[in-house]
Amino acid sequence: MLVSSALVLMMTGPGLALFYSGLVRKKNVLGTMMQSFAMMAIITVTWALFSYSLAFDAGTSFIGGVHHVFLRGVGTAPDLAYAAFPAQTYMIYQMMFAIITPALITGAFAERMKFSAMVLFTVLWSFLVYDPMAHMVWGQGGLLNVAGGKFPCLDFAGGTVVHITSGVSALVCALYLGKRVGYPTAKMAPHSVVLSFIGACLLWVGWFGFNAGSALSSGPLATSAFVNTHLGAAAAAIGWMIAEWIRQGKPSALGGISGAVAGLVAITPAAGFVQPMWSLVIGLLAGLVCYTMVAVVKQRFGYDDSLDAFGVHGVGGTLGALLTGIFASSLINPVFKDAAGNTLPVGVIEGHWGQLGNQIVGILIAIVLSVVGTLILLKLVDLVIGLRMSPEDELEGMDVTQHGEEGYDWA
Amino acid sequence: MQKIEAIIQPSRLDAVKEALIEIGVDGMTILEARGHGRQKGHTEFYRGREYTVDLLPKVKIELVVHDEAAEKVINAIVTTARTGHIGDGKIFVSRIDEAIRIRNDERGETAL
Repeated sequence: MLVSSALVLMMTGPGLALFYSGLVRKKNVLGTMMQSFAMMAIITVTWALFSYSLAFDAGTSFIGGVHHVFLRGVGTAPDLAYAAFPAQTYMIYQMMFAIITPALITGAFAERMKFSAMVLFTVLWSFLVYDPMAHMVWGQGGLLNVAGGKFPCLDFAGGTVVHITSGVSALVCALYLGKRVGYPTAKMAPHSVVLSFIGACLLWVGWFGFNAGSALSSGPLATSAFVNTHLGAAAAAIGWMIAEWIRQGKPSALGGISGAVAGLVAITPAAGFVQPMWSLVIGLLAGLVCYTMVAVVKQRFGYDDSLDAFGVHGVGGTLGALLTGIFASSLINPVFKDAAGNTLPVGVIEGHWGQLGNQIVGILIAIVLSVVGTLILLKLVDLVIGLRMSPEDELEGMDVTQHGEEGYDWA
Repeated sequence: MQKIEAIIQPSRLDAVKEALIEIGVDGMTILEARGHGRQKGHTEFYRGREYTVDLLPKVKIELVVHDEAAEKVINAIVTTARTGHIGDGKIFVSRIDEAIRIRNDERGETAL
């Protein structure tokens, strides 16, 4: 579990930091990396101080209590509501998810948000949106918790909690902040697909901690999650590249890695529920659908979701959540049992059509919570300190204006 | 003294340099440049967005030589830099008023 925690942290730093910063212009490389790094530093503290309790303490079906603030009662003894290993291990594992989720949102407002505003917004967002969502899906007594919730939603490692919330919030941010100066006519090509490539590969490997680690134990379920994760990534990379090959004539490296990430996103809710062949299907669909979102739909509507946080995480997460409801199998993970202990069908392929309804409830709650919460916080932060960099600062770049540095000192 | 500025394809740099050294050229300055003449650029795709790249990588060689050597140098460059395709580049020649060796303040043709 500790290794899985380390892998998930690696997904943020340097995985996501590299992936995102390679996609922006050279003048914004450090600023973009700092957005991920700031989460590593700040969410760590807020999670330990308050958020772990709000997400995982027993409370209402929407939010946890405050018994565990300042990690009171969270020691090396297990919290048997969650796992047989030390409570602090569970806390630190979950912390890494809480870190990467707001970091994902930064992709939507890349290259134009003030560092101070980003820090304030993401901290408040993690309290207002992430903690309740995590509680509802994974926390004891949560409304959407697969074990006893009113609408048991199948979300193995965070399709709704991490990807839909961050992806939808990202879209709201992109629309509220507006487009980058010069978008879409000015040239805003990635300054280093090489960095993004390295970041994407670190994401792929780190995702084994994200998904297989969510089995909370070494064994058959972790194996299923690991295998599904890997197959989903591969199939999606192929899907995206095929789409590019057909539409543009050449499959690009950026397309390959973007496809892999889309597949990883989509398989996240499904990893510990489906049989391996279905994860190939889920991956392939994610590659094709997310490519279409990013290359066609975004162009048509003209919004500046700069690094495709919505196109990949929002849409990929939603697709994955729906397909989880369809392909989940009790042969992989018998989560539903009747009073006598007999295994009940899980997904639609086993005849449990109602599960699709539960998935939709989970998806809708994630969407509504994200939209409402993000709008409120954007407005608030905008009023207090202003969200966007000035046009002059945006032209000069984040590295110099927000951080007083230059990423590269090459002749 | 003549200044010879040659903008050439980067792939021809090694051949041009060798040819110049062979005819006895002592010094030169090489710059990495971007540009185009009538040569069109190419398109790149990033996540479905098309970018036209028309600033193409070039190499610029600058030399200052004795008037008598100029024609030999120009020929050496032209024959080794030419591929026959659009994008081969251009050579410009201008007159130099003064040359100074920084190390010992030599002036004029002996500074070359």
